Amino acid sequence: MSTAELTSTSASEWKLPSQRKVGMICLIMTETSLFVIFVVAYLFYMGKNLTGPFPDEVLHFPWLASAALFSSSLTVWLGELAMHKKKWALFYFWWGLTIVLGAYFTYFTAAEWVHLIYHENLTISTNVFGSTFYSLVGLHASHVLVGLVLLTIVLVAAIRKKIHPDHHEHVEMVSWYWHFVDAIWVVVLTVVYIISIRIPNQ
Amino acid sequence: MSAHGTTNTAANDEPYEFPPLERPGEEKGSLTALIQNLIFTVDHKKLGLMYIGSGLFFFVVAGIMASLIRLQLFFPGSQLLNPDVYNRLFTMHGTAMVFLVGMPILFGFANYLIPIMIGTRDMAFPRLNAFGFWVFLFSGAFLFFSYLGAPGLYAAGSAPDVGWFAYAPLTAKAFSRGHSTDYWTLSILFNGIGSIATSVNILVTIFCLRCKGMTLGKMPLFVWMFVVVAFLVVIAVPPLTACQIMLTLDRYLGAVFFDTQAGGSAVLWQHFFWIFGHPEVYILMIPGFAIASEIIPVFSRKPIFGYPVMVAATVSIAFISLGVWAHHMFTVGMTSLGNTFFALSTMVIAVPTGIKIFNWIGTMYGGKLRLELPMLFCIAFLFQFLIAGLTGVMLAVTPFDWQLSDSYFVVAHFHYVLIGALLFTFFAGFYYWYPKAFGRMMNVKLGHWHFWLFTIGFHITFFPQHIAGFLGMPRRIFTYEADRGWEIWNQISTLGVIFQVAGVLFFVYNLIYSYYRGDVAGDDPWDAWTLEWATTSPPPEYNFEKIPEVRSRRPLWDAKHPEDPDWKFE
Repeated sequence: MSTAELTSTSASEWKLPSQRKVGMICLIMTETSLFVIFVVAYLFYMGKNLTGPFPDEVLHFPWLASAALFSSSLTVWLGELAMHKKKWALFYFWWGLTIVLGAYFTYFTAAEWVHLIYHENLTISTNVFGSTFYSLVGLHASHVLVGLVLLTIVLVAAIRKKIHPDHHEHVEMVSWYWHFVDAIWVVVLTVVYIISIRIPNQ
Repeated sequence: MSAHGTTNTAANDEPYEFPPLERPGEEKGSLTALIQNLIFTVDHKKLGLMYIGSGLFFFVVAGIMASLIRLQLFFPGSQLLNPDVYNRLFTMHGTAMVFLVGMPILFGFANYLIPIMIGTRDMAFPRLNAFGFWVFLFSGAFLFFSYLGAPGLYAAGSAPDVGWFAYAPLTAKAFSRGHSTDYWTLSILFNGIGSIATSVNILVTIFCLRCKGMTLGKMPLFVWMFVVVAFLVVIAVPPLTACQIMLTLDRYLGAVFFDTQAGGSAVLWQHFFWIFGHPEVYILMIPGFAIASEIIPVFSRKPIFGYPVMVAATVSIAFISLGVWAHHMFTVGMTSLGNTFFALSTMVIAVPTGIKIFNWIGTMYGGKLRLELPMLFCIAFLFQFLIAGLTGVMLAVTPFDWQLSDSYFVVAHFHYVLIGALLFTFFAGFYYWYPKAFGRMMNVKLGHWHFWLFTIGFHITFFPQHIAGFLGMPRRIFTYEADRGWEIWNQISTLGVIFQVAGVLFFVYNLIYSYYRGDVAGDDPWDAWTLEWATTSPPPEYNFEKIPEVRSRRPLWDAKHPEDPDWKFE
């Protein structure tokens, strides 16, 4: 049996989806599944603390940090547009601004944790709120950090003129990941900072 | 891409130069060269065989553990093993069989066969593939290192002893001292990362690398079913990873997820574990269906009966399996609404599964059966899977489960699933694809010895366990008193192990013997229809000289019968 018999020479179109996009979609599905469990744990333990501090006593709605993270989704998209148009100065600006906004968000989380640990005496072992809060927000923050590393790699590569037109899709995947991190924050923000501070402890 | 394809404007458009390929000094023939080759390889076929080889190694190790368990239960009041050792044995046996035998062997089949079946040269991400394999192997080595890393087989605080589903609060620092549970937790964490990486790779390979003409509806059923398996791994393994993260936080940072003293919930662990655990049953079982769906048509000389229905049934099994987890938890005391929901969803899953059994029988019906070894194993699979499915529906009935939960009836049920169905299809797959991988047929006489000894031994071992369960014997007890009426069933059960071990010895001997002495197979020894039989045995590193093009589900039938090709009728 030779393969030649199976091969014909017709030249009709045969298109398949991009490997990077399908791979990224799979990664996002699996990460979503991971986050769902931590979100469910948070919701399950809402209002079931045996001791304080409780969410409504210590959490403050993170206006500025959320605004920074949400607007970074816009700036990363603008950066991508600039790259496609080969306006590199504009690309550095938007991409750099994305990194700054993401870095500010990370700074906010760090400052919030320092405040909670040293001033409010809330640690991961204090109560179920502490356990679920630090694990969920920490998981998200670790994803922000990974995103920042990826964004920085792209920026350094761009400054060193290493972004070939063939690599545009790589850059696009980084922005997909960043949008995903942003979308997770919508859920975390809603669950932790909007719902849970309104649920009284039983 | 086309908009950015011009290369004459921006400064950074100078051609990108890839560094030259460097290969570590290859010396053909020597042992170091072979080892070096295996360590550095990214070839999907080698990785597939390495997956299967390591899986078989752990199968033997975990099988020896099972034999020790049966030996201990032969006499009532036996003092052969002490209770601590016994706990470690059943924990390691269960964990190893699921995560270090079932998963790697199914990934081995997927790795080896999917790229060839869809007509491409390798997986989509070959290096990720190697990463997945080595992470899996590390997780296995790490788990078994717990025997050595801690004070040893008989000393306190060595291998994990909390059962393969490690219920809280037994895993809390207070009840599980030392590091044994940490070995279990971290090993499962690594294993899950490897499984997810490989599954992402499988999905991307299937969606992005099919040869020309192979639309989704023309893929072999094997490939379709692995789409579903990989999807389930991607969705269902992260909850297990989350469980392990939470447990590690509990044990090391004093978090209180599962600490009932501090407001945590032990039942939450069960929910999270079984949200992974039940889809896992189908992650393990659907590859068995995939293998049977390739072998039964070829040895019945008929195309598969009801291809679209088979695909639909597999997909619906996947979705329903995500909503049945709490049938493992009827005895924890759920609301009657919860009990009813999970009882009904569990029974519903029997419908698509039953459709599959009817389709396989429909394929055989009126076919020209060839009772070669792969087909023998598949026929045994059909019978045994039916028994496994029926006891499964019995256990879905909540009041029945209240009586028999955590009894030997459950042990018998899931061993009928995992051995009677899954392992039998794995054996069928080994006999079927061995000629492709090594270019030689497996010995038929040895194979018949293997088949009959193993089938008889399997039923002798596990059928009496249904009865022991009805008589009230709980699982995981290290011994029992003589007047319970259990010893005869345990003794029959243990005797069956001798037959199974003999069968496995014939199989292992056959693997080695046929590698050197088997008849030369040729490219297509079974007169089959899918693309893996269109290349040489074993396939070259690049699989196909020319990437094939297909027009139907059975491209080789079309090539062999140009006067009556399938594509005219599909």
